Amino acid sequence: MTVTDDFLDALDDLDVSHDRTTLADLPATLADAVTDPAVGVPLHVDASLPGSVATTFTPSELQDAATGVTPARLGIAEYGSVVIRSSAGGDEPLSLYPERHVAVLDAADVVATGRDAVDWLASEVAAGRGSHVLATGASATADMGGLVEGVHGPNEVHVVLVEADTE
Amino acid sequence: MSSERKQKAAQLRHLLETEGPLIGPKVSSKNRDRYAAAERFDAWDSTRDEARAIKEAAIADLPELLEQLRESVEANGGTVYVADDAADANRYVTELCDEQGAETLVKSKSMTTEELELNDALAAAGVDTYETDLGEFVIQLAEESPSHIVGPALHKSREEIADLLNATFEPDEPLETAEEMTRFARDYLGERIREADVGVTGANFVFAESGSMALVTNEGNARKCAVTPDTHVAVTGIEKILPSVDDFGPFVDLISKAATGQDISRYVSLFTPPVASPTLDFESDEPIEFGEATAERDDPDDDRAFHLVLVDNGRTELREDDQLRETLYCIRCGACSNSCANFQAVGGHGFGGETYSGGIATGWEAGVHGMDSAAEFNDLCTGCSRCVDACPVKIDIPWINTVVRDRLNRDADPDTFDHLVDGLSPDEEPSGLALDKRLFGNFERLAKLGSATAPVSNWLADAGPARAAMERVLGVDRRRDLPRFRRETLVDWFDDRGPRVAADDASREAVLYPDAYTNYVLVDRGKAAVRALEALDVRVHVPRVRSSGRAPLSQGMISTAEDHAHHVYAGLAEHIDAGRDVVVVEPSALAMFEREYERLLAPESADRLADASYEVMEYVYGLLENGGSPDALGSPPEAVAYHSHCQGRTLDLEPYTVAVLEACGATVRTSDVECCGMAGSFGYKESYYELSMDVGEELADQFAGEPVVAASGTSCQEQLDALLGGEVPHAVELIAP
Ligand code: SF4
Repeated sequence: MTVTDDFLDALDDLDVSHDRTTLADLPATLADAVTDPAVGVPLHVDASLPGSVATTFTPSELQDAATGVTPARLGIAEYGSVVIRSSAGGDEPLSLYPERHVAVLDAADVVATGRDAVDWLASEVAAGRGSHVLATGASATADMGGLVEGVHGPNEVHVVLVEADTE
Repeated sequence: MSSERKQKAAQLRHLLETEGPLIGPKVSSKNRDRYAAAERFDAWDSTRDEARAIKEAAIADLPELLEQLRESVEANGGTVYVADDAADANRYVTELCDEQGAETLVKSKSMTTEELELNDALAAAGVDTYETDLGEFVIQLAEESPSHIVGPALHKSREEIADLLNATFEPDEPLETAEEMTRFARDYLGERIREADVGVTGANFVFAESGSMALVTNEGNARKCAVTPDTHVAVTGIEKILPSVDDFGPFVDLISKAATGQDISRYVSLFTPPVASPTLDFESDEPIEFGEATAERDDPDDDRAFHLVLVDNGRTELREDDQLRETLYCIRCGACSNSCANFQAVGGHGFGGETYSGGIATGWEAGVHGMDSAAEFNDLCTGCSRCVDACPVKIDIPWINTVVRDRLNRDADPDTFDHLVDGLSPDEEPSGLALDKRLFGNFERLAKLGSATAPVSNWLADAGPARAAMERVLGVDRRRDLPRFRRETLVDWFDDRGPRVAADDASREAVLYPDAYTNYVLVDRGKAAVRALEALDVRVHVPRVRSSGRAPLSQGMISTAEDHAHHVYAGLAEHIDAGRDVVVVEPSALAMFEREYERLLAPESADRLADASYEVMEYVYGLLENGGSPDALGSPPEAVAYHSHCQGRTLDLEPYTVAVLEACGATVRTSDVECCGMAGSFGYKESYYELSMDVGEELADQFAGEPVVAASGTSCQEQLDALLGGEVPHAVELIAP
């Protein structure tokens, strides 16, 4: 089992769906993965967002968006987490407000364990990028007398894993 | 005295009938999930050690870390305020709201702000405050206090919550399901968050080096509260400071597993505020002005303000308290509540003080609110020690409870009835000690007298008028059968009989430790232990040694317990020098040797005794592993239902009893309740009898219809006797020839 396999297994356990794609196919994959209206943060990998994903919008459009697309700067195989950076680009609110969160993750950025992720976080903090969230599955609560997914955060998380083109 | 006890009993009875049945199943299931999560995670124990070491060092270095944190937060563009007490913290936050002209404020869950009663202060200052964690939202609407430090509304049923929401908001369609209510709350609170002027969160950890903080949540409301309004105020205790993000790893791995049995919570956020994320003004029609998503550095957004309010409120004093300092290592996961049989039965409104609940609450309440608040519920800790295994930072929670009990005893007023138990009590305690505590704490003396005058003492104790007087004066519940003292003690029996294995033929030599129960009451289990050891060629000695001190310790009589410890060590040291093993029948006595003596004896003495000591079935297991034959032992019944003692579980003793019974041909079914509910004297006390029986019911249910039930602890045997009828033997009685 590779870390990628472990990561994908962990996503399955969390009921988080995923696509595997390549850089070249990424815009098309994303176009299929979003529900309109969709908003997005410009990607950290060398590809553009599809035209259906808006990058300029008002706060109320953010509130009304069905999907938020953001970079995931790291994946954690042990937990099925994606790491969302709280950058000036708005990753944090876009991964939080819309009901569906689509996280774009470079397969090379998947680490094995939570401890690996904390080591990475520590180096990010030292480099001046000090705010991230380890997001694991949809938001959830049991406070209303039963487990419910989709509380203040998204109720659906979808990971798009970008792998090296083997052809 | 007596009416106070009756009041306490009535309060607990009410909770047993109302909140207990709602909260019990939920925390029991979290407890089981914790076991499963720890099982799945290989490094559970070593990670706990790491976390513990980090907290120890951080609390030791707290003054320096606090200064470092202040500098880094200020360098990042935030503000730090260290509040001496609740009033100081509340004043800071309300003045800040005033300066900003804040009308509304949203909050995520924070026990520290509960401790401060910040919401009341904000209301008095005219700020509309909304709790956005759904559990806290329910509690705020109901005007109640949290019943659990992690799940504040666990004592509420879905129906109650629906009634509350429907009555408060009168929605067009009445809300009914958890999904409907969650959706409603999301929409309602979402609006509150979008229009709020200030967001208040707690912080699970704060990192001095970088001025970062971490929040561990599931709902996402804390993220929204921190990131949506321009002003973020984080309020947390000074004990939450860790040196740097490098220290975060063990806590990420532990906190969710311990708290809810999740491998990791949905959101583990690390912020280094003020954050770069743009603020969101939902009233504006202008597009949000985003910056670079892949910038080299995430510099703070210009519109953001961040205030870190660090609350002392008694913590500095706690830090200076050698006995209670450990409380500050607590990461507020609630595992000690979930693993506690009494908590499962009554919830945090019974097992809790002004703010905090569960086993560790005794330390927190004593530290932040004072001894009176701790006194309200401290007796509910029976010292069963199940929380010790649960705690991710290995806090000795029972010890904290014992220390506070001891201090409460010392503060108590002298009681007019003291003379009644004075004859029994050669203890080291102050004269204000409650009579029931003094009676049970001096069990050894009582047992000695009872045995010397048996059977007359037993007849007298059984007589109606005597029981009524015992209840009235001493608080011994008349519904509970009293121990029946035996005229011939185990030591006397053995003195007459002598060892049956000659020194030359012996594979080993051992001392069978005559704890007070085995010596005076359950003498048969002691005889069985002697026969079992001898059948495996052990030369046995049963010396006259004092009782372990468990009885006084569980009443908070630490000096008396220490006195016992010195005598016991003196009585056993020469045997250990002679190469003899110390074999213990009563698990609560062994737990003294293995755990508490560390605090009562010189370290080397404690180690020496602990290393030489074994529980009897553990010892038999060792003998069988080293070539002893099960054929030499008796044959147990085919099927045995076995309840391991709570402290025995903490010492991991259960597997030995199971293995020995199986080696002798039995099939064994074990219980999975944390404690039988009797817990030494606890179940005898008028205030707690019904709670004790309620806790025991679950065990009785698990063993209903079992033909043979065995246990290891005296308390468990007595409790199961009472619940199931008939005599419940110690497991060694089933395998002794
Ligand atoms: S004492 Fe330990 S188990 Fe209890 S809440 Fe604190 S950290 Fe958790």
